[in-house]
Amino acid sequence: MSMEFQDGDVIDGVHYHQYDVVIVGAGGAGMRAAIEAAPKARTAVITKLYPTRSHTGAAQGGMAAALANVEEDSWEWHTFDTVKGGDYLVDQDAAEILAKEAIDAVLDLENMGLPFNRTPEGRIDQRRFGGHTRDHGKAPVRRACYAADRTGHMILQTLFQNCVKLGVEFYNEYYALDLVMTKVKGVDRPSAVVAYELATGEIHVFQAKSIVFATGGFGKIYKTTSNAHTLTGDGVGIVWRKGLPLEDMEFFQFHPTGLAGLGILLTEGARGEGAILRNASGERFMERYAPTIKDLAPRDIVSRCMVQEVAEGRGAGPHKDYVLLDCTHLGAEVLETKLPDITEFARTYLGVDPVYEPVPVMPTAHYAMGGIPTNVKAEVLRDNDTIVPGLYAAGECACVSVHGSNRLGTNSLLDINVFGKRAGNNAVEYAESASFVPLPDDPAKGVRELVERLRTSDGSERIGALRKELQDEMDRNAQVFRTDESLARVTETIHSLRERYQNIGIQDRGRRFNTDLLEAIELGFLLDLAEVVVFSARNRKESRGGHMRDDYPDRDDATYMKHTMAYLTGDPHSADAADHITLDWKPVVVTNYQPMERKY
Amino acid sequence: MADNPSVEAGLSAFTVTLIIRRFDPETMDEPVWKDYDVELYPTDRVLDALHKIKWEQDGSLTFRRSCAHGICGSDAMRINGRNRLACKTLIKDLDITQPIYVEAIKGLPLEKDLVVDMEPFFASYREIQPFLIADAKPKDGKERIQSVAQREIFDDTTKCILCAACTSSCPVFWTDGQYFGPAAIVNAHRFIFDSRDEAAKVRLDILNDKEGVWRCRTTFNCTEACPRGIQVTQAIAEVKNAILAGKPAIPAGV
Repeated sequence: MSMEFQDGDVIDGVHYHQYDVVIVGAGGAGMRAAIEAAPKARTAVITKLYPTRSHTGAAQGGMAAALANVEEDSWEWHTFDTVKGGDYLVDQDAAEILAKEAIDAVLDLENMGLPFNRTPEGRIDQRRFGGHTRDHGKAPVRRACYAADRTGHMILQTLFQNCVKLGVEFYNEYYALDLVMTKVKGVDRPSAVVAYELATGEIHVFQAKSIVFATGGFGKIYKTTSNAHTLTGDGVGIVWRKGLPLEDMEFFQFHPTGLAGLGILLTEGARGEGAILRNASGERFMERYAPTIKDLAPRDIVSRCMVQEVAEGRGAGPHKDYVLLDCTHLGAEVLETKLPDITEFARTYLGVDPVYEPVPVMPTAHYAMGGIPTNVKAEVLRDNDTIVPGLYAAGECACVSVHGSNRLGTNSLLDINVFGKRAGNNAVEYAESASFVPLPDDPAKGVRELVERLRTSDGSERIGALRKELQDEMDRNAQVFRTDESLARVTETIHSLRERYQNIGIQDRGRRFNTDLLEAIELGFLLDLAEVVVFSARNRKESRGGHMRDDYPDRDDATYMKHTMAYLTGDPHSADAADHITLDWKPVVVTNYQPMERKY
Repeated sequence: MADNPSVEAGLSAFTVTLIIRRFDPETMDEPVWKDYDVELYPTDRVLDALHKIKWEQDGSLTFRRSCAHGICGSDAMRINGRNRLACKTLIKDLDITQPIYVEAIKGLPLEKDLVVDMEPFFASYREIQPFLIADAKPKDGKERIQSVAQREIFDDTTKCILCAACTSSCPVFWTDGQYFGPAAIVNAHRFIFDSRDEAAKVRLDILNDKEGVWRCRTTFNCTEACPRGIQVTQAIAEVKNAILAGKPAIPAGV
């Protein structure tokens, strides 16, 4: 059985649309995909936010590419740095593509109009960034192409401008809630995306030949995070609920320099320009931990060192609970011209002027290395090898894996451009030869039931309270340092929160712009994903990249140099996560670089 | 560190009254002002206050927000009669002996509480052709050359986050819905003064229209409202001068 409709039909109150390519998400990856797809195939972009609100715009420091505009560099060095930075959990074929295609990705953006900072010769200027080195670790290299400290903002604006130029069709403030799968010859095939129109409360079914997920991350599982309120992992959660796997979810990046207590990002570009981390006594402590590249060590290492300094009593401030980012020697001109936004953030939110005083900082949950597994064509995988035809993912929601267990700074703005472009092109190519997968009967059923149940929910639990408990607990027990004991505690908390979530009540009963309902749905995704993160983390009894186990402090290549693959295999509400999550392994692709001890 | 810089500094919370202009299109004909008492620290943002109300008192309070640190442009609203971003306005910077009045930005259709229909705003933006127009590609297949000085003259207008704080603070925009408004002109400026762009003339013609730059009466509301510190009125003046001169004044190349 399948249902018939014409594009634009409204049947039983549900709107039906038909496109060759549907892209979910309008951040960097989604819009980069749209720029490829829209001129060649009928394309729609469904986005929870107006495109320019996407969190790509909050990225600051730069986008890596071995242009060698200011000093010798090569994409091979970039590949090596990416592999080593990811603590050898990077798929090396993918890292090579990332580093090679970086050069054209930057030039594409410049050609589209991106106003990069310039060298005296008028070329794109480049700055230093953590973990990016000359000749396999000899010294920091200037590889990050940048536009002041608003590189992400300029990328987001430039991509949006080019979408306007191409007349890309956006469905703004449409919240994708389901991926419809139709059983064809015994195999589940993606046939449509179902979205909830925030302005009206109406439901839309978008049938498509190709579907691209570019929905970003889920930093809001943590309290202290650089992520936007809207980064609740909806896309990753949708895919999970469909029984498709998630890869390497235990690896979450904590960016070293969040404004203390607030988590607002201060770019690593500050250290790229020469800023120094100091403890309470003013010591440049990174010299002790990473003698060669010091403050420009990769983020996982710097974050761990900061937490260790505080734990050992060398923290600054009245409670000795943060360290200091010292920019005072950079001078007002460098701060005002190359780092104006972060200078203002420190002034506005902490009342600290970086020109004259060091800024209190501590690690902030920043980036999910894990996500929806894809191959280098951005095709989504249903297991270690088999693709889901017509389904693509790119950007933070995806796991290619180019970042392994720890992403290097400036590699995510690169990732969204390289793999966003690949997703767009491959989605078009597939749509050109494929036909529509028929819709099942009543494809909107799941979303309609979810929305109605929550909109009329009148239980005693409050969304804000449950979310806060989750975030507090994740910060306490699943942050930079983890142990089996701490993870066991979070597991219990998440289980109890998931039960209490069944008894929530919302207050807004309306259909139009019901953000109370929206937050209730988002919390459901956060709880699902936090459980996968913690369950995967407990299973990895080693320390690697962003996953640091106090009880297993060493990297164990013999047992664990492989990706985690998590599957939803049972009733998601069962008490014990082990009853519904099954873990498996996926080999790492190694080409040129054998694992070595990671020293900087 | 404590959650809050105020706690760190030993400051205590106090009760603040927010008076918010509420409107539910499904149940009300006209907006009404409703007050809420909230416990806040001096370093809390107005956005924190709105969240406390939504999460602890009234889940139906509706507003847009995302990044919460002034870069995504979602939460422009009128706070004590001035357009600001709720996430960049700290309680300590307001007069807290008085209630804080919060309402939606003006001049765009009100949808619900603090949410307006942004489409007319983006329609004006799209009209000025906000994208680089340049047929000539660099011969070496690399980037276009642009000098540091050429890059500098449009630096300010690249900061725009399209929050609409400027446009919806403009008295001309309030009374004349056809006027492009400051944000569209700022984004036109960003390309008119970009040495790589080849369509300055087209944009200057668009803005020379009766609903273009000449409607600006230099009230400086837009400049005061801009949360990114863009010198909006100056940018508009530079566009006016470029129209009169027939072309923008751009420094010579490298």
